[in-house]
Amino acid sequence: MAAIEILDLEKTYRVGFWHRRPKLALRPLRLTIDEGEVFGFLGPNGAGKTTTLKLLMGLAKPTAGSARILGMDIDDPRVRSHIGFLPEQPYFYDHLTASELLTYYAQLSGVPASARAARVAAMLESVGIRDSANVQLRKFSKGMLQRVGLAQAILHDPEVVFLDEPMSGLDPMGRREVRELIQQLRAEGKTVFFSTHILSDAEALCDRVAVIHQGELRGVGSVAELTQHSQGNVEIIFCAKTVPAALASLGVEARISSEMVNVVLPQEQQDALLDILRRERIRLISLTPVRSSLEEYYVEKLRPKPSSMGASA
Amino acid sequence: MNSRIAFVAFNTFREAVRDRVLYNLIAFALLLSAAAILVGQISIDVERLVVLNLGLTAVSLFGVVIAIFIGIGLVSKEIDKKTLYTVLSRPLRRWEFVVGKFLGLTGTLVVNTFFMALGVFLALLYVQRHFDRTDWGVAAALYFIVLQFLIVCALALFFSSFSTPIMSAVFTFAVFVIGSLADDLRGFAHNAAGIQGMVMTAAAYLVPNLSAFNIVNQAAHGDAVAGRLIVYNTLYALLYSVVVISGAVLVFERRNLK
Repeated sequence: MAAIEILDLEKTYRVGFWHRRPKLALRPLRLTIDEGEVFGFLGPNGAGKTTTLKLLMGLAKPTAGSARILGMDIDDPRVRSHIGFLPEQPYFYDHLTASELLTYYAQLSGVPASARAARVAAMLESVGIRDSANVQLRKFSKGMLQRVGLAQAILHDPEVVFLDEPMSGLDPMGRREVRELIQQLRAEGKTVFFSTHILSDAEALCDRVAVIHQGELRGVGSVAELTQHSQGNVEIIFCAKTVPAALASLGVEARISSEMVNVVLPQEQQDALLDILRRERIRLISLTPVRSSLEEYYVEKLRPKPSSMGASA
Repeated sequence: MNSRIAFVAFNTFREAVRDRVLYNLIAFALLLSAAAILVGQISIDVERLVVLNLGLTAVSLFGVVIAIFIGIGLVSKEIDKKTLYTVLSRPLRRWEFVVGKFLGLTGTLVVNTFFMALGVFLALLYVQRHFDRTDWGVAAALYFIVLQFLIVCALALFFSSFSTPIMSAVFTFAVFVIGSLADDLRGFAHNAAGIQGMVMTAAAYLVPNLSAFNIVNQAAHGDAVAGRLIVYNTLYALLYSVVVISGAVLVFERRNLK
């Protein structure tokens, strides 16, 4: 079953003094995210990631299109009991302590009164701010606020979790903890939809990613799919002290280090090289297709389309 | 009451208390104590009049200032600070949020007025040395002031649902001033003719008739307050507030959060 179905969701804001000038924030977007999937929504700042999340959270009204979460329309208030949301650079009521804030959110989320205190304590513990539970949020650092943000997003044990730039403002240790949290959510069978522009995080965590730019979906698929249309090369590593002379006939370059030879060659020459290795009884270490990185894919997708060159953003 | 509304209302009240809004009580207490001691020394037979006029007017002004300055930020501050994002992404309807905010602020003002009312009665006791039946009028005047706060809070919330805090403050204060002179406005409208008369009549009935809630002089002079006026004013304040809050909800329901 699809956890999130985005059906041609579109948003145009009206700007200017009289709110007459249209500004396209999101072109019709169609996406389906399966239950239990960790989905990365990639794009540069201003690409339309936050707009999409706001539309899904009901914080902004779509100009056209619709979306369903767990089969329920996003306008259906019941859906909000099943989702958690961490906004980008979250702000909270700073007159409250971390514990009070989470209790308030637990109340609004319908967590039963009998379970609230235990749930809040567990969340504070899981994001590592138990010792600051009774400190007002106005005294929290940015990283600590981000942890509070994560805690409030998963406080009511939602099935679908939306995270807008969850690594933003975190130090390396904090980023690692967020990665672990996302992996834990995946292990619990939750669906995670997170936006980011940190590609290494997406590559490490996501089952699938989508790239959005200038309000338009530019590509979607698993990391492996998106990076497999490489240059069509393979990398072959084998044990040898010298480069076999027969390799010269293939016209490929080889690098030697620590009695291992590394050769990158076109896929169609792969069998010829393997024949040479078999003939000369050389031990093969590995054979790997050379993939372009997610970064290369991302950069390629962000390039202006020839047809849209010169068009306004 | 819907429990989610109660949670929002309690959080609004707690925010006001922690933001030291109730500190105005100290200024009020100092003002009233000084006035009571001073008039006790300089005025003869008019102590009650002076203390009640000063006390009740101060209760009204302090409350209106709080209602306007907190009311205009109730929604807009949450939008600007984006605290709304993590609230409205929960199973809370927008109308519940607006109503909860309104009740939280009016709750704050009721508590504030309760302590000020205690101060007024203590000052009255100090200058009169006793209470008598005519002092019920003071309680009625305080009750009317609270009703007036309901309307001002609703107006501040309404304006803040679509305009900036500064403009909301200006609009609310303007309506408060015009509403306080509503009787005069109705008099002008009655005497005007043609389109001008129609416009003035419409304006006179559109703005809240806050002059009907001002019985400070009556209470200070110990005049009785008609039970019918209490009923009418209660119904009027509730109805007017419900209409204005409904307007705020309608605007807020359609708003895109930036």
